[in-house]
Amino acid sequence: MFELFRFPGGVKPVSNKQSSADAAIVAAPLPDLLVVPFRQSATGSATIQIQAGDRVLKGQIIGAAEGAFGTTVHAPTSGTVRALESRPLPHPSGLAAPCAIIEPDGAERWIERVPLDPFVCDPALVRARIRDAGIVGLGGAAFPSHVKAQASIDTLILNGAECEPWITCDDRLMRERAADIVAGGAIVRHLMGARRVLIGVEDNKPEAAAALRAAVKTAGHNDMQVVGVPTLYPAGGEKQLIRVLTGIEIPYGKLGPDFGVQCFNVGTVYAVARAVLYGEALVARIVTLAGNYATPGNHEVPIGTPIDALLALGQPKADTDRIVMGGPMMGFVVPDTGVPVVKATNCLLAMSPALFPPPEPEMPCIRCGACTRACPMVLQPHELYWFARAKNFGKAQEYHLFDCIECGCCAYVCPSRIPLVDYYRFAKSEIRARERDRIAADRARERHEFRQYREEREKAEKAAKLAAKAAETKAKLAQEEALKATADTAGPKADVTAENPLLGTDATAQSGASTAADKLALIAAAQARVAAKQAAQESKDSA
Amino acid sequence: MHSSPHILKPASVRSVMLKVLVALLPGIVAYVWFFGAAILVQLALASVAALLAEALVLKARGKPIRIFLTDGSALVTAWLIALTFPPIAPWWLTVVGVLLAIVVAKHLFGGLGQNPFNPAMVAFCALIVAYPQLMSQWPRAELNALGPMLQAIFGGDRQLDAMIMATPLDALRTVLRDPEQNASIAGILGSHATFGNVGGRGWEWVAAGYLLGGLWLLQQRIITWHVPVAFIVTLTVIATGFNVAMPERFVGANFHLFTGGAMLGAFFIATDPVSGATTPLGKLIFAAGAALLTWIIRSFGAYPDGMAFAILLMNLFVPLIDMGTQPKVFGHDRKSAP
Repeated sequence: MFELFRFPGGVKPVSNKQSSADAAIVAAPLPDLLVVPFRQSATGSATIQIQAGDRVLKGQIIGAAEGAFGTTVHAPTSGTVRALESRPLPHPSGLAAPCAIIEPDGAERWIERVPLDPFVCDPALVRARIRDAGIVGLGGAAFPSHVKAQASIDTLILNGAECEPWITCDDRLMRERAADIVAGGAIVRHLMGARRVLIGVEDNKPEAAAALRAAVKTAGHNDMQVVGVPTLYPAGGEKQLIRVLTGIEIPYGKLGPDFGVQCFNVGTVYAVARAVLYGEALVARIVTLAGNYATPGNHEVPIGTPIDALLALGQPKADTDRIVMGGPMMGFVVPDTGVPVVKATNCLLAMSPALFPPPEPEMPCIRCGACTRACPMVLQPHELYWFARAKNFGKAQEYHLFDCIECGCCAYVCPSRIPLVDYYRFAKSEIRARERDRIAADRARERHEFRQYREEREKAEKAAKLAAKAAETKAKLAQEEALKATADTAGPKADVTAENPLLGTDATAQSGASTAADKLALIAAAQARVAAKQAAQESKDSA
Repeated sequence: MHSSPHILKPASVRSVMLKVLVALLPGIVAYVWFFGAAILVQLALASVAALLAEALVLKARGKPIRIFLTDGSALVTAWLIALTFPPIAPWWLTVVGVLLAIVVAKHLFGGLGQNPFNPAMVAFCALIVAYPQLMSQWPRAELNALGPMLQAIFGGDRQLDAMIMATPLDALRTVLRDPEQNASIAGILGSHATFGNVGGRGWEWVAAGYLLGGLWLLQQRIITWHVPVAFIVTLTVIATGFNVAMPERFVGANFHLFTGGAMLGAFFIATDPVSGATTPLGKLIFAAGAALLTWIIRSFGAYPDGMAFAILLMNLFVPLIDMGTQPKVFGHDRKSAP
């Protein structure tokens, strides 16, 4: 028996997976137009490689990876690029970004696909293949997988927990395509030098676990184990699943590899297997249609398919009032259903007031502590709420605001119906904005101070120069007078200079003058220093 | 537009408060059985006064009346006042207590969720200081006819000598502190009509009723085990310790637990989330402190029961306790907790 660990807190919402879990994955038809964003990962955009009017093949690179964290973007099918323009993305803010508008030709002609033997070739090549196939975390985070696969670890965890209610895309994938998931796991295990692979599946998906076990057995991987984990939201959170399977707690600011573990979604390693073993870029993903549909189910959808076109397949019922991308616990309301399906789109949840009743009016916090018992990060959500409300952001950070994973457990259980996560998002964004402002202000101050310093220095230099010049003129005059005097009375004056061994007769006046000039310059410099000091003090005070 | 989570567990402040009211019922039934139906009159009186006061203050503060009036919190306060005040307290005493609790202790501090002190305990403490005699007159357990009690509550002329007596705690203390009586605790408890088998006569059953309701609240997860366990264990340990060391001077734990407000305090008052500590360790400290102070005030203080003062004193320490007992955040060392 595999030893499991518990993570703190958690909630048990009704899973509601049945309606979509029973339907097999079907390929979604090609829409009239695909809208492919060039920003497909959490970490960066891609350099556009095509022009309007170009003909593209399925899997052809249309956007090249930018920098170490960039990912490649492909044409999801063969067709013609109609336009390159800015379109709204599936993002809570409705943010717009450059997209390729591709009209499919219906032929689905692939670009040449080259398989790779990952166990023979250089691991760097496999990583490059993962990057060039545009693979990012398909669990929702969309972090580039080739970056995550760089570390060397002990335990590789494949995340098949799928703890969000309603979503079943991973469930169906595990049931139907377990062999490729296992193959992908083996590739990543090899890349990262992991000793073992643990596939975590919540125990409400016994069919998926059975399919994976069979696939592991068939493939003969002794170092790979399918582990049923208790159904408790958010068991599919990366930190929670790592905790449940290994007992390791990864704090905020640390990553799995710091503790010898790394976690990939099952869909992601499936994409890795397709990319490496079959040469297929990530151009489609499984999307669950669940909630208020006449025909809920799972569809394999080309990336870039407008959500409108996909929704039509599920036939939302008449009272559907909004669409949530992701699950009911962490998803966001899609501001515009014209936006395309992206790699992070795991579910389109149709909501209606009957199925998802609007919350009762918000009441004051009564400090009942339900949130603290539900928080999987052992935070004090009610305290964070007060600090966020009072805009006491320093205190909020002191109480580990940034450890919050926004899983929504606290708001789910709150009897006062306070949208707690909203407060934390607000506080986090305020803190980040202030941090940016602070850095910008620091830079501006530095620039200002440097300018002041430069001006002061120039002033001082000018003053010194003027003083030197004045001294020189004075000395010249003195010299002329001295010469005149020597000419008049040669005796005693010459004797005086002769008594000083350090000064030659001829040099006397000259050096005397230069010392005078030096003195003046020193005085000017001292004055400049005082002025500079004052200025510095003033700027400090004003800061 | 709502943001995540888009689903919520069925829960509300109202359901929390209603469950607390339901949990008080077994204790109230025992109360009526032993001390007569007057307590029901007091409960009704306090409830009406509380709802009226709440509505007026909400209106004055420009708050939505319907939502807050039906949240049940004013009723909980009202019931706790009725259950801690003497059942034959004159009507105006109960009403003044309710007004103090709702207007001063609750709304002047910001209303629901904002009060640093338990409103019912503020009312109790203020009035026992102001009217020590009225707050200490308890009816004899055997004299529970409603008529004279109603006369005592609503009548102006209070001819009470025949029907009142001191509470068990009060009686015990009076006897113990009177050097002329020279009585032992065993003698007092055995002979006196005030005392029952475990605690005070009748009181032990009321306390048992509260215990039953409290256990149900635990099972319903309205409260956690920390406060009642820490309260009862602390009171038991300290009372037993002193009882064993000086049996002629200090009464035992079962008497403390089943008399006065101990059970009500352990399950319904010290567990008040608004004015209590919220961290697990903080709850233990809060309840242990309340139990310790209760015992000290009962054993050495001037008032018959120390529970109300003990709760208010511990309310003062709540911010400090919460700050000092932050649990270890997931993945962090204990040191890094604020």
